[in-house]
Amino acid sequence: MALPVYATPLERLWYYAYRVICGLIFLFLIAPILVVIPLSFNAEPFFTFTEKMLSLDPEGYSLRWYDLLLTFGMQAPEAPRDWNWWRDVWNNATWVKVAKNSLIIGFFSTILATVLGTLAALGLARSEMPWRRAIMAILISPMIVPIIITATGLFFFYSWTGLAGTYTGIILAHATLGIPFVIITVTATLIGFDQSLNRAAASLGASPARTFFKVTMPLILPGVISGALFAFVTSFDEVVVVLFIAGFDQQTIPRQMWNGIREQISPAILSVATILVIVSIALLTAVELLRRRSERLRGISPG
Amino acid sequence: MRKTLILSTALLGLATAASAQTLTVMSWGGAYGESQVEAYNKPFAAEKGVTVNMVDADNPATPIKAMVEAGNVSVDVADVELSDAVRLCDEGLIEPIDHSKLPPGADGTPAEEDFIDGALTDCAVANIVWSTIYAYDKSKFSGEVPTTIADFFDLEKFPGKRGLRKGAKANLELALMADGVPAAEVYDVLATPEGVDRAFAKLDTIKDQVVWWEAGAQPPQLLADGEVVMTTAYNGRIFAAATAEGKPFEIVWDGQIMDLDLFVIPKGAPNKELAMEYIAFATDSQRLADQAKWISYGPARKSSAPLVGLYKDGKTEMGPHMPTAPENMKNAVLNDFEFWADNGVELEERFNAWLAAN
Amino acid sequence: MADLASDAPFATPARESLKTADGKPLKAALARAQARSRRRALFLVLPLLVFILVTFVFPIGQMLFRSVHNDAFSRNMPNLVAWFEATEPGTEPDEAAYAALAADLKLLRENRTAGEVGTRVNYELSGSRSLFTSTARRANALEPPFREAILAENEGWADPRLWQVMRDASSAYTANFYLAAVDLMHTETGEIARVPPDRQIYVNLFLRTFALSALITVLTLILGYPIAHLLATLPLRYSNILMILVLLPFWTSLLVRTTAWIVLLQQQGVINSTLVATGLIADDQRLAMIYNQTGTIIAMTHILLPFMVLPLYSVMRPIPPSYVRAARSLGASSWKAFRSVYFPMTVPGIAAGGLLVFILAVGYYITPALVGGASGQLISNLIAYHMTDSLNWSLAAALASILLAAVLLLYWLYDRLIGIDNLKLG
Repeated sequence: MALPVYATPLERLWYYAYRVICGLIFLFLIAPILVVIPLSFNAEPFFTFTEKMLSLDPEGYSLRWYDLLLTFGMQAPEAPRDWNWWRDVWNNATWVKVAKNSLIIGFFSTILATVLGTLAALGLARSEMPWRRAIMAILISPMIVPIIITATGLFFFYSWTGLAGTYTGIILAHATLGIPFVIITVTATLIGFDQSLNRAAASLGASPARTFFKVTMPLILPGVISGALFAFVTSFDEVVVVLFIAGFDQQTIPRQMWNGIREQISPAILSVATILVIVSIALLTAVELLRRRSERLRGISPG
Repeated sequence: MRKTLILSTALLGLATAASAQTLTVMSWGGAYGESQVEAYNKPFAAEKGVTVNMVDADNPATPIKAMVEAGNVSVDVADVELSDAVRLCDEGLIEPIDHSKLPPGADGTPAEEDFIDGALTDCAVANIVWSTIYAYDKSKFSGEVPTTIADFFDLEKFPGKRGLRKGAKANLELALMADGVPAAEVYDVLATPEGVDRAFAKLDTIKDQVVWWEAGAQPPQLLADGEVVMTTAYNGRIFAAATAEGKPFEIVWDGQIMDLDLFVIPKGAPNKELAMEYIAFATDSQRLADQAKWISYGPARKSSAPLVGLYKDGKTEMGPHMPTAPENMKNAVLNDFEFWADNGVELEERFNAWLAAN
Repeated sequence: MADLASDAPFATPARESLKTADGKPLKAALARAQARSRRRALFLVLPLLVFILVTFVFPIGQMLFRSVHNDAFSRNMPNLVAWFEATEPGTEPDEAAYAALAADLKLLRENRTAGEVGTRVNYELSGSRSLFTSTARRANALEPPFREAILAENEGWADPRLWQVMRDASSAYTANFYLAAVDLMHTETGEIARVPPDRQIYVNLFLRTFALSALITVLTLILGYPIAHLLATLPLRYSNILMILVLLPFWTSLLVRTTAWIVLLQQQGVINSTLVATGLIADDQRLAMIYNQTGTIIAMTHILLPFMVLPLYSVMRPIPPSYVRAARSLGASSWKAFRSVYFPMTVPGIAAGGLLVFILAVGYYITPALVGGASGQLISNLIAYHMTDSLNWSLAAALASILLAAVLLLYWLYDRLIGIDNLKLG
């Protein structure tokens, strides 16, 4: 959208003003996320840039808040940092504990959501699917229904069935919340999928299972993986359901952050936030690469 | 696929590998929770060879009620205020406690006589005396500083945001005292509809300047962040922030409202026996005195008083920081637990309506 | 076509119907094949459908059932329930009624359920809980005549409104929580009236929730439209890079983004400190941008902005730039070209993004809870309050079902207008 030669001065002015406005909006989007990164290295327990930080004095910066992530909750944080110290970190440090929980819950709920969601997306993509619209609406609804309603519903249901305060309960709940994302991404991949490929494989004598694994799967895999990443992030970021149904043993990173934000928001929270921003950059990169790969793959498929 | 399954099962095993018996205690978090971990949980875990988990709540009485009514009790011991202990007991939501299981005082006084008034009820055993006070950051005041409860409500003399606990309890009493009701008559006035209206009217005068807090750890944070110029708080939290972290906070004791915190066992607790052992262990004279080493709350046993030593920093005398110190008691109210046990639900509801309507 | 074929000379064998190679009628074989593939498609979806129904739809339904069902009174007051059943609505409570009440009060004392019953009645008649707890505590001393004995304990028992409420509560099924959820109540004569002004909360809160959500939707549109347009018109290699700036917030934890806004907006935060340092405001005049409505609006606009940009972008990208150029060459000013040519083509994207943002905003909980203070709370926060603090689960369920109905209506609208299939994420 280069500036055309016939533009009036006013249009010229608007052209540059528009770019400046867009720049400011992008700043609004990204600045809050980036601002936590330098502040997490603050040597002081404040949320502003100290003078030492602004003058890039190394004394203004420190890793103390990252260190606190390891030592908080340890039994003997002052002990010499040998093998036993690290074992203490692994077993007792609060943030390590919640990180383990987040990973376990995220991993299993992702597997469950991806398997069920991909199967369903395959079914939904078939033209013969009866009541397609209604079923799709139901399957996507966990994304739309306000989380507080989901969480309170699950609270009573799990109290009743004995799933409250168990890993199984949270994994099931997070799988439910992640499923819409798997369905949306896999369905989007399948829209470009040429069904005649399946028929070709069948006519060449491949069994349906063989067709699926040799033909369909490789083509939709990028969509499945990015759906899985979405499901993982959904679980990894979820706090309300955890607030309502998790027991002491199942506290997750967002749950611990929730505590921290409400009670004593110290730069330690910012160091967690920084780590999470880095994780999300990694995930975003993965999804972008998958999307390009998927486009390339579909580019070579006929039709 | 199988490999991942094995790996993940191993992971899950690692995370859930818990020792033989686990006791879960629910308390108020922050500096207070920490004092209980140090004074009770750690020695108890060491002596009995069990794991003691500490869970935080803004006010443990509410999750306890929700848990029991939903039939999903995951907590063995909870720390609640006196009026809540009485109410939960009335409603059959907590277990009765056998007083004979409690050890006698260090001086040999039987438990029944050793505890201060109200500290031993049918269903609960007190551990501390605490109070609601208000505090300010003295570095923010150059001239005159607030000294009375009326000053807290005086926006002209001391402009700026105020922090108040989101709830009716204590706020109504403070409002009445600030409005000129003598401490001794607060509950008589509050028992009348006009008195309640008067309290809400007084709160109305500062409503738009209030930042509401819920967890006990929030007020020191609000002061430190400069979000408020003064805030009500639990006295021990302000003490901890001032003494341990060197924050320039000053407590105003005028109009303080004293209360007890008691241990209770929710009905249907998973480890009832162990919970009772914990309570008996934690409320003996020495442990109660030990807790004062970590926070400025008074022990609930008379025999603990002589055992109270210095703060954990090894130099601060605890006596003058206790709610019960004579100079802090000049204008103090004792929380009327019967009043709140009976009227708490209604007044909290009215408070919430008042808060939401603006 | 079919008619033509039947008139054709070789129509006779066709009339006997076509056969497949193995001699079955083609129509039946086709129908069977279709049924089979329909079944196959359904089988693929079935596991998930069952899963969602069991772990999601059923629990929510079960929870919402509490909005019309509350047996705290009827379960614990058998004698009085029997008296209410035997008498007409509006009957003055007689000695038999008070005798039943006395018997029930004794039961309450024995079972320690006075608080539960009192709380139930208190939902509809504020101030009556203590009536139950205090009278039940002394219930064993009640002697006939019970009317005098009970009224001697507390005159509050003579209140006709109390008896009306107790009669209502004597059935476990009630619509009263829905009335309460829209600030209405039954008067003592059984008419429906508004609750006193100092207790009118929920209608205002619903209105506030919808108004704030609408405001946030408009703000995301104002901010999202220019950048979506820029992304859609830049060459792909630039727009892909800029797109990361939109997607990164989208992939970043909600709590991280909320934390970031706390850091920026609080009194000692980055923005206030910068303003003070540059001398724009005095140190004692720091702006209150958080723990109030402003905080909720700023943080939610930021968090929901990608949900607006992505649908707009996917509508704008395929619009050929030649359309606008054609309009310009036909003499339209750039504003006119935008207004009459470009903008109308982006309306579907605005509808998609707007509805999505609005739906998500209406149900927001975490951000208002953390940065909203008292004035920035939304209806979800009040549902949570009644769930975890006041424990008025029936009212929470009634509020939840009203909210859910609104959201589902919007969801249905979204499906009609845009189609769920067209929901895109990055």
